[in-house]
Amino acid sequence: MSKEQFSFHKLLEEARRNWVELHEKDGVLYIGTASCGKAAGASKVIEAVEKYKVETGRDLQVVEVGCIGMCGFEPMVYVQAHGIPPVVYGGLAPRDIPALLDDILVRKQYESEHLLGVLGEEAREIPALSDHPMMTTQERIILPNCGIIDPTSIEHYIANGGYEGLRKALQMDPLEVIEEVKKSGLRGRGGAGFPTGLKWQFTRQAEGEGKYVICNADEGDPGAFMDRSTLEGDPHKVLEGMIIAAYAIGATSGYIYLRAEYPLAIKRFREATRKAEEAGFLGESIMGSNFHFQVSVKEFRVLVKEGAGAFVCGEETALIASIMGKRGMPRPKPPYPAQSGVHGKPTVINNVKTLATIPVIMSRGSSWFSTIGTKKSPGTAVFALTGKIANSGLIEVPMGTTLRKIIYEIGGGIPDRKKFKAVQTGGPSGGCLPASQLDLPVNYEELAKAGSIMGSGGMVVMDEDSCMVDIARYFLSFTQEESCGKCPPCRIGTKRMLDILTGIKNGEGTEDDLAMLEELAPLIKNASLCGLGQTAPNPVLTTLQYFRHEYEAHIHQKRCPAHSCRAFISYRIDSDACIGCGLCKKHCPVNAISGRKGTTHVIDQEACVRCGMCLSYCPVKGKAVEKVDRKEVEA
Amino acid sequence: MREDIRTIVAYYDSDPENLISILQEIQEQNGYISQEAVKILAEELNHPESRIYGVATFYTQFKFQKPGEHMIRVCLGTACHVKGAEGLLEVLEHELGISAGGTTPDGKLSLESVVCMGCCAVGPVMVVDEEIYGKMTPEKIRAVVSRYRSSKPPAPKTSSPGGEDA
Repeated sequence: MSKEQFSFHKLLEEARRNWVELHEKDGVLYIGTASCGKAAGASKVIEAVEKYKVETGRDLQVVEVGCIGMCGFEPMVYVQAHGIPPVVYGGLAPRDIPALLDDILVRKQYESEHLLGVLGEEAREIPALSDHPMMTTQERIILPNCGIIDPTSIEHYIANGGYEGLRKALQMDPLEVIEEVKKSGLRGRGGAGFPTGLKWQFTRQAEGEGKYVICNADEGDPGAFMDRSTLEGDPHKVLEGMIIAAYAIGATSGYIYLRAEYPLAIKRFREATRKAEEAGFLGESIMGSNFHFQVSVKEFRVLVKEGAGAFVCGEETALIASIMGKRGMPRPKPPYPAQSGVHGKPTVINNVKTLATIPVIMSRGSSWFSTIGTKKSPGTAVFALTGKIANSGLIEVPMGTTLRKIIYEIGGGIPDRKKFKAVQTGGPSGGCLPASQLDLPVNYEELAKAGSIMGSGGMVVMDEDSCMVDIARYFLSFTQEESCGKCPPCRIGTKRMLDILTGIKNGEGTEDDLAMLEELAPLIKNASLCGLGQTAPNPVLTTLQYFRHEYEAHIHQKRCPAHSCRAFISYRIDSDACIGCGLCKKHCPVNAISGRKGTTHVIDQEACVRCGMCLSYCPVKGKAVEKVDRKEVEA
Repeated sequence: MREDIRTIVAYYDSDPENLISILQEIQEQNGYISQEAVKILAEELNHPESRIYGVATFYTQFKFQKPGEHMIRVCLGTACHVKGAEGLLEVLEHELGISAGGTTPDGKLSLESVVCMGCCAVGPVMVVDEEIYGKMTPEKIRAVVSRYRSSKPPAPKTSSPGGEDA
């Protein structure tokens, strides 16, 4: 867009005006419809609202927003109307809607088991949502727009500070932009924590025309959805980061590599690129400047490349191979992508969260940024807090926050009065940390020292019912499946580790197995070609370090302390509780249950394969089938 | 089929670099990648069949057999695993009478496991076609399965390359 046509000032004014107008309107419902919201039933809630509108004739506007991170409380609705505070409700079902809306809009009564708080300041004795234990210690600089703005609206983005970072960057020399990012101390949020400014500098300095910027949105770690949420809730922020990166390194083209399992994120990001181009933030003459990423006549286009289901493609050289239509198999480094990436050209690859932080650093300054977090790990970390935790969802905290604070204050602790056992960070490349490590301040160095890694942000909490041998085996089966097969240490090494762990789980473990695991682990770590193999042994190493007694119980005492591994448990029918309905007998896959209708049923322990089907089908409240130590039954 | 594949290849500039996107379009149209499709694609793209298979078989997204009318995906990601997803998969296998990776004999339902749909906070998660079902239990699974079992077949897909946003 030419300089004459583009006026950021005008855009900003109009965006702000419309934002204020929207927030002064009478009767607006903001409903979270990112993937978490949808999974919890948000679409049906919207249908119920539409039905209510028709039946009551009330004029209500529905604005779909992203995920504010309180995923366990979805579906969430904020109600905006004259004469009432902006109240937020969670855990709504479609049938709750008519009564709730009548209460709020007609009777001006807000009390409800679903009330979570008010947006903004506390009002009329309703606490602010920002004071909710899950929100109050968060520091949101990557996520503030998620759950607040309509992600399909570029105007909403601009009204909330969007593209201000790009505006500032374009007034600086590209080298100054790189210096600013270096000064901020930002480290890559994909997990490895390499200094972003330095990566940009290397790519800038590398020889070659036609450089590339790639956003790594493969997010392969099971249990992680930070990148998905950011892309679904605030796609322009990531895009703005990419454009600034391109300006800084002198790139002509960009790619976002987005995994196919995230169709909504793909849709949102595509929309964002279209709107950005229409508005003049992408393509030729960006923001009316001379910057149009063209050394030749090519315009700067950001191409969306969908992944196709391969964890290893999160590794940068495999990702590049996949972008070029090949098998996603890593190659040795050097040369690093900064020197030779897509088509052999210098390429910067950054994680979604890293790119989302860039606009904030440019608009608020590197000095401000470095006051958050710790000296070596400035800024914030976004975690997907899941597993056995009361408040499950997405949180953003300053680096240096302790695990204890995250799990017990923000996360609300372990539900069902169970005991905490371990917290897993870093996905399949990370490790399981026990209660003794709860006071660890979260940052790159401390997590590495404890045997885990920061990773991309997955944080899975486990309680006393999780078997750590099972968890180690679970991760190995994942990495073994996802190994590309190129190098023997990874391909064969992970398979051997998996076989050993499966044997231990099945009751065939020996003391030699532990020695073998400890011999294989450093071998695989040191000899594997890429990060997948190099980190695959980590779950085994940390569980051996912190939970060795569980391995030994499996091997020497033939016991699974968590009552999880089938080889060491038995199912038994409680004769007092059994009502003789016969459902367990009907569904037993090996016909191991006998009993006439109306009389107590009995499980034949010889025939039983401990699948647990009887327990899952038992209709009795509190269950008439119990899981016990195998030894109890055999005694 | 040749016409459709020709259109897709042209949309992607007949560039083998876009092979994965091309395969995704073909699967979007037909539900899977057939032998016939690979043969035609090799001719239209001027790219060896062996290379196409080499790429297609690397990625778990691509299927080589006709799937059922509805695809049931059980998430076995870490958070879902911790909440008992393995057991739920077994319930499904038991209900449908097939193992993960298979399709029911009447061609109605296919079952597969995936690792991580990214909806971890509402796990255990099950996805049927595009519908996400969270906080699954054996009872809920049975209810959802019987609903799909008695449903009518979906309308055949017609889409142009580039998807709905093209």
